[in-house]
Amino acid sequence: MTDDPAQSNAPSAQVDERLSSPAREGLTGTTPADAYSPPHDPEQITRAPDGRPMDRQPQWRRDFPIDWPQDHYVARRDFAKFLCLTSLAFAAGQVWIGFQNIWRHHRGAPPVAKIGTLSALPVGGTLVFRYPGPHDDCILVRTAQEKLVAYSQKCTHLSCAVIPDPAKGVIRCPCHEGLFDLNTGRNIAGPPPRPLPRIDISIRGDEIYATGVERRTI
Amino acid sequence: MSMNRPFTREQRTTVVYGMLAFILILVILQLWLLVATMNAYLGGDERVIWPAAGASIFCLLLNAGLLRYLYKLEHVKR
Repeated sequence: MTDDPAQSNAPSAQVDERLSSPAREGLTGTTPADAYSPPHDPEQITRAPDGRPMDRQPQWRRDFPIDWPQDHYVARRDFAKFLCLTSLAFAAGQVWIGFQNIWRHHRGAPPVAKIGTLSALPVGGTLVFRYPGPHDDCILVRTAQEKLVAYSQKCTHLSCAVIPDPAKGVIRCPCHEGLFDLNTGRNIAGPPPRPLPRIDISIRGDEIYATGVERRTI
Repeated sequence: MSMNRPFTREQRTTVVYGMLAFILILVILQLWLLVATMNAYLGGDERVIWPAAGASIFCLLLNAGLLRYLYKLEHVKR
């Protein structure tokens, strides 16, 4: 090769095509082809065993990085994604409650059903009956000669069977010591969040009938 | 002239932290809505059911928007 600059532009001094090929990205051949575009992300400390960059690695390897900074990022990013999934589940739950409410209306009013007789129930006595469905246990208590009260037997906390105590004027839940007032069914102590659903009753002669269910929040 | 440079990983982690704070608040709000609505439904109070469902879906849409931004952040050409 000549040192004369005047001769450097001569056709014989042109760059070898093998060095100027597209694969070498037009570089002169003295510099590595990836000098200005390194194959690895400089933030990626982890090097995979096969040497390929992380964005060409399988998903599992990208999801479980080895270096701490990337692990922090991936963990928080995936937690955010998981929370969005939780958000979807909560919204679906809300809609499900709405459809349950429509279904409850669709079923209509509960039927009128005979549940017992006055003569068989002394003052202070209790009677367990099922209303409106065969799995809905309820309690009827005769608190005075002319007064009857009836409630669902399922505690509003976790659906344990409640036990009336007419002598103390309360209904007690033995599971978590919840207390309800016997005369109103209101929750007065313990974890139950709502009063017991009240069963509407009517007396026709000696017979006692259940006519409806009154659910309450306070 | 403005330059749109991709975020560094450290910047993206900071962005994810901020998004997490918003998403957590929204999810806790949705949890509260769900519990309150369930209590109202079981207590026979039907007025709150659909407004609460609407509020919960609105929170979900906000979260979905943040999630979309997160994916966009991930797939920006570096």
